[in-house]
Amino acid sequence: MRAQFVFGEVWIGLRRNLTMTAALIVVVAISLSLLGTGLLFVKQVDHTRSLWQSRLELSVYLCSAVNPDQHCAKNGPVTASERSQIQSTLLRLPQVVSVKYQTQAQAYQQAKHLFQDEPVMLNFVQPGDLPASFEVKMKNAQADAVPVTGAVLGQPGVDSVGDDAAILTKFYALLGGARDAVIVVAIILIVAAILLVANTIRLSAFNRRRETAIMRLVGASNFYVQLPFLVEGMIAGLVGWLIATALLAGAKAGLDGLQQYFPFPVELSVGDLVEVVLVTMLIALALCGATSFLTLRRYLRV
Amino acid sequence: MIHFESVSKTYTNQSRPALDSVNLDVEKGEFVFLVGPSGSGKSTFLRLILREERPTDGRIYVAGRDLARLTNWKVPQLRRRIGCVFQDFRLLPAKSVYQNIAFALEVIGKPRRFIRKVVPEVIDLVGLEGKGDRMPDELSGGEQQRVAMARAFVNRPMILLADEPTGNIDPATSIGIMKVLDRINRTGTTVVMATHDAAIVDSMRKRVIELEYGKVVRDQSRGVYGQAY
Repeated sequence: MRAQFVFGEVWIGLRRNLTMTAALIVVVAISLSLLGTGLLFVKQVDHTRSLWQSRLELSVYLCSAVNPDQHCAKNGPVTASERSQIQSTLLRLPQVVSVKYQTQAQAYQQAKHLFQDEPVMLNFVQPGDLPASFEVKMKNAQADAVPVTGAVLGQPGVDSVGDDAAILTKFYALLGGARDAVIVVAIILIVAAILLVANTIRLSAFNRRRETAIMRLVGASNFYVQLPFLVEGMIAGLVGWLIATALLAGAKAGLDGLQQYFPFPVELSVGDLVEVVLVTMLIALALCGATSFLTLRRYLRV
Repeated sequence: MIHFESVSKTYTNQSRPALDSVNLDVEKGEFVFLVGPSGSGKSTFLRLILREERPTDGRIYVAGRDLARLTNWKVPQLRRRIGCVFQDFRLLPAKSVYQNIAFALEVIGKPRRFIRKVVPEVIDLVGLEGKGDRMPDELSGGEQQRVAMARAFVNRPMILLADEPTGNIDPATSIGIMKVLDRINRTGTTVVMATHDAAIVDSMRKRVIELEYGKVVRDQSRGVYGQAY
């Protein structure tokens, strides 16, 4: 094994094939950084999802005196016995972890806090407008919301049930869609990268046909004939990966910059980034190595 | 050294065989001229020895190996024992004389110390003393063919195949080329040379095998090129 000789040949190949190699590097870099962004997205969504999972609640709103809803209007505001009935129903459910009663006064205080910067809303909302409610914590906020809602909805004294998870589900659907779009584009680009690797190696094999013809003639092993091409493809892939890593570090910084818009932590750890970067490196090596190898089998027959 | 047993070769899409039931033996250390008009099967014969082609029929033994039983990954081992020279030299234009010859050893993984020792020796053997640093385009045709012969011989092959080595070279220079081939043959290397050059064949007085339409029509020790030409 003559490492110096092999790398000398690789250097010659890369130089002669400069434009193709450059195109290959750019496509690998872009496809890997898009794929990496997609993977970071996945991680981000997972993080926020688990963060929210423990905080999501179901609000069971009770009928109040001013409630215009039909069945509330018929029954009138919730009575004390109806209220304790609802509470015990909720507590009997296996999915329910805890139930907290929020009075109309507390709801008003909360609204005042929420709307403190919006005087119009603040003036509009009066004590007694907002209904009392049970704030229900469940074991699994998303899966348990439907059975718990079903158990109390329609009971006398219950006006409606608000599900935090339903709002978040839409939010997640949005994030998931964005993530899928990024990954689909990344996959299309990876296919382009594979074709480019195949073409680059083919061109390289054509450029060096004299050398390889002589190598075969004097009895160089397949391994020796193919190695420079293989290394060439791998080096191009690795350079593309390095660029992608820089772009991904930038993307992480960008995602972290979104922190200011969220009242909860959304930052990804450096560990997440390293993981994604390693995954993309393996993909780059596998992609370039396998494609080069298969192309060579086709074009460098002994 | 080379043993053909009723070997036929028909290329796909061709009705007439390029070689037709050829039987022949070439012994170790022999010098053989392969003559015959274009398309008579000389090149096919050489390609079969190198196992660049497989015969349609028959058996071929080269250096004691049955080529039909040779697996693909052992073909390089066979080719290391065979040197090749062509009409068009096939040198690498971006490499110097020394590098061209060293290339043949580098790609089969020979250690650098060995290469540094044998390449100058073989440069001297082919008569290119002091020209190791020249580039191929700075050399005459005859000198380029000497480089090609040095490259073919540097790994001390048992067989040297030469496909019209003097085809691109004037008669005066050809004599020098033949002297080098003769020198290589005297080291015990079997030489098979396909040629159209009647003057050379006649002057060397070596074994002559004549092919016509893929058949051996003459096999003569100490022969001449032939009356028909």
